[in-house]
Amino acid sequence: MLATARTFTLDGIAARPVRVEVDVHKGLPNFTIVGLPDAAVREARERVRAALVNCGFEFPLRRIVVNLAPASLRKAGPAMDLAIAAALLSASDQLAWEELARVALVGELALDGSTRPVQGALAMAEAARESGAEAIVLPAENGPEAALVEGIDVIGVEGLGCLSGLVEGTWRPAPPEPLPLRREVGAGAPDLADLRGQPHLRHALEVAAAGGHSLLMIGPPGAGKSLAASRLPSILPPLAAGEALEVARIASACGRLDALPAGRPFRAPHHTISAVGLVGGGAQAIRPGEVTLAHRGVLFLDELGEFRRDALEALRAPLEGGEVSIVRAGGQRSLPCRFMLVAAANPCPCGRGETDPDCSCAPYDVKRYQGKLSGALADRIDLLAAVRQPSAAEIGGPPGEPSAAVRERVQAARERQELRLGSGRCNAEMTPAEARACRLSDEAASLLADLYARQRLSGRAHDRALRLAQTLADLAGAAEIGEEQMAQALQMRRRDRG
Amino acid sequence: MAEPRACVECLRRSWLLADLGPYVERVATGEVGSRSPELLRLSNEDLVAVSAPKVAAQLLARVAALPEERLREELLLAGCWACCRHGDLYPDHLRDAADAPWALIGRGDPGLLDGLEPFDAVTIVGARRATSYGREIARELGRELAAAGMIVVSGLAFGIDGCAHRGALDAGRTIAVLGCGPDVAYPSSHRTLWRRICETGLVVSELPPGATPWRWTFPARNRIMAALAGMTVVVEAATRSGSLITTDLAADLGRDLGAVPGPVTSRASAGPNGLLASGAHLVRDAQDVLDAMLGPGNKPLAHAGPDLDPQLQAVLAAVEAGESTCDAVATATGLSGAAAAAALSRLELLGYLHCSNLGTYLRTLLSPPSCGAL
Repeated sequence: MLATARTFTLDGIAARPVRVEVDVHKGLPNFTIVGLPDAAVREARERVRAALVNCGFEFPLRRIVVNLAPASLRKAGPAMDLAIAAALLSASDQLAWEELARVALVGELALDGSTRPVQGALAMAEAARESGAEAIVLPAENGPEAALVEGIDVIGVEGLGCLSGLVEGTWRPAPPEPLPLRREVGAGAPDLADLRGQPHLRHALEVAAAGGHSLLMIGPPGAGKSLAASRLPSILPPLAAGEALEVARIASACGRLDALPAGRPFRAPHHTISAVGLVGGGAQAIRPGEVTLAHRGVLFLDELGEFRRDALEALRAPLEGGEVSIVRAGGQRSLPCRFMLVAAANPCPCGRGETDPDCSCAPYDVKRYQGKLSGALADRIDLLAAVRQPSAAEIGGPPGEPSAAVRERVQAARERQELRLGSGRCNAEMTPAEARACRLSDEAASLLADLYARQRLSGRAHDRALRLAQTLADLAGAAEIGEEQMAQALQMRRRDRG
Repeated sequence: MAEPRACVECLRRSWLLADLGPYVERVATGEVGSRSPELLRLSNEDLVAVSAPKVAAQLLARVAALPEERLREELLLAGCWACCRHGDLYPDHLRDAADAPWALIGRGDPGLLDGLEPFDAVTIVGARRATSYGREIARELGRELAAAGMIVVSGLAFGIDGCAHRGALDAGRTIAVLGCGPDVAYPSSHRTLWRRICETGLVVSELPPGATPWRWTFPARNRIMAALAGMTVVVEAATRSGSLITTDLAADLGRDLGAVPGPVTSRASAGPNGLLASGAHLVRDAQDVLDAMLGPGNKPLAHAGPDLDPQLQAVLAAVEAGESTCDAVATATGLSGAAAAAALSRLELLGYLHCSNLGTYLRTLLSPPSCGAL
């Protein structure tokens, strides 16, 4: 007999529909899975066999062929166990489930027949709705995230045994409560008040947050660069509802929903990370990289000079386009990655800086190190902040302005930008044409034109200064960029040449 | 203008030196008596006998057999010209030294050597491993001296040399003296700088086109740098630095010595501070150099900057007191981060400050009108 069931396989962060076809007919007892399964899918044979037997079903001693369609798509992961088991029960007449073809089934099976949660349940529930399924059956643990998707019934099951009750209509679980999406940072989150003194660094953080500008901090170890970066999410505006869902979808696909932080993500990968780890990829299934995990949040690269050059080079396109495109033999996938880049670096490889008599870095090493800072990512970094060791008076001084107060100013500035540029956009994303259309006062215009004419600015640096000045004007609530803001922007921009 | 001319004997000497590169490398140990400038006093025969006794006859015969047309063709192909100690273009004061180069191979404008007098040129030397303070001072000195009409001589090395050349190119003329062929850009990362000097200034060497640098060729070119200019200024150098070889050679020739003071704790300033202690001219800016060379007041430089309001004066004072980051300036002056950023930006635009690509600020040599007498 033949039975089919619907399920999904995870590809990057998207779920692809898969139809499970099970044929049970006479012949030598055998169990074959075809349709480009990976090792985890092929091992479903053993899990399904044990789960059926241990739940009191009979494992048919006949020739069983499972086809996963479309046959050209690679299938990965254990999420298809439940669908294979259900279709097998239906094909062997142990479960008379007429709606089987109208529901989607997702879940990994344990040997005792209970279900285990899967990765990407949120994306799968969305895909199930798109494909017209009436309901999605999945492990109870995945219920809350799937319930975020409207327009589809979510049925959380504890194990294979629940299916009989479901089919006979004797058992139906209560719809799960949708997972609460915390769009703002919580009360206990790191606060900018911890950053004492250092007025310029605070200002640079505020400007970076207000305009979505990428920031490079250069200073000796222990000067507060990491502390400052980790406070950045707390001054960014709260996630919009749609953005929060995007963040949750990515976390769900990576199985990190439990660890989903309140507010915007903050990712700080170690500098030994590979290019693939940073932007995503992989030989078999495509895994999202750190840039995607930092989507709508902050990617912090500490010790920028220690990162591998190829990893930094790989960051360029994602920074430019807001999405990363990964091409593998199996095809091309796009993953979203609109994030704010914050980087920190020492002034030289030993970190002491040239003015310290103990600095023993050779000139060539310093040159190569600084070349890395200005090389690969240079075009994409807007702001530069020189950080120095806070003085004893500053460390012992009163706490700084709390995050909430700064966030209010940032949010007001963001609202001005959205009014001008359209919803969801910020100054850092202005095209050169938009940047040159900024309204400048006469003094500001002459300041910029003077510097440009003296060839101290490249064309790109000219536009970068305009973007920064516009953010400063937005923070100040000014209708046009004044001379003061232009002067500040010229100070805060990343330098092209030494 | 005198034409660049070189007799064939002097040209052959250059080609002989290139052939002797690896041999001299072994015998030029830096001990008294076997330093490369001392070795280069020797005649062809003696030099070959000292450095390559086993192959002396072959080397001499090979060089003597070099046809004149081939040498001149090689010069032409490399875009170079040559002048020898018997020609008009060769600067007279270069002959002061017993070890004066027989021929100078040049690339660029020969007019820079035409009628060159010692007081027309200043040599700026210093460490390759320089601090941003030293680099900034070298650039400023180069720029201001070139603007005052001086020719800035240096060695195209990393650090101080490169900065002095760059500053001079901004405002006037410069000569780079190389320890390799004048058509070889060494160090190679200074290729762009080398090309700019070839186009608007002059690159000279006593080695023929294509000659590679050896350890001994650098002290050898230092003697040419020391002899070309009336004054040698050391910007930054450690106590055992090649730059101090140049000052020794310059002192031997009776040229003026100048040194830029630095912090007594700075290893990079130990060399010039030591020179000052032993009587070198104190060099704080280009005016000090001009006064030492031409006599006080003979060539005053007008370089007071524009007026500053009290806030900018306070910020400038903070940078002068050693605050180098915007944060430190804001804390020292009590300004907000934003106001300090704007003030630093204005001071940079007015030319009072220089910002490194690490975002730290340095004072330039420009002085405000109100405090002309420091």
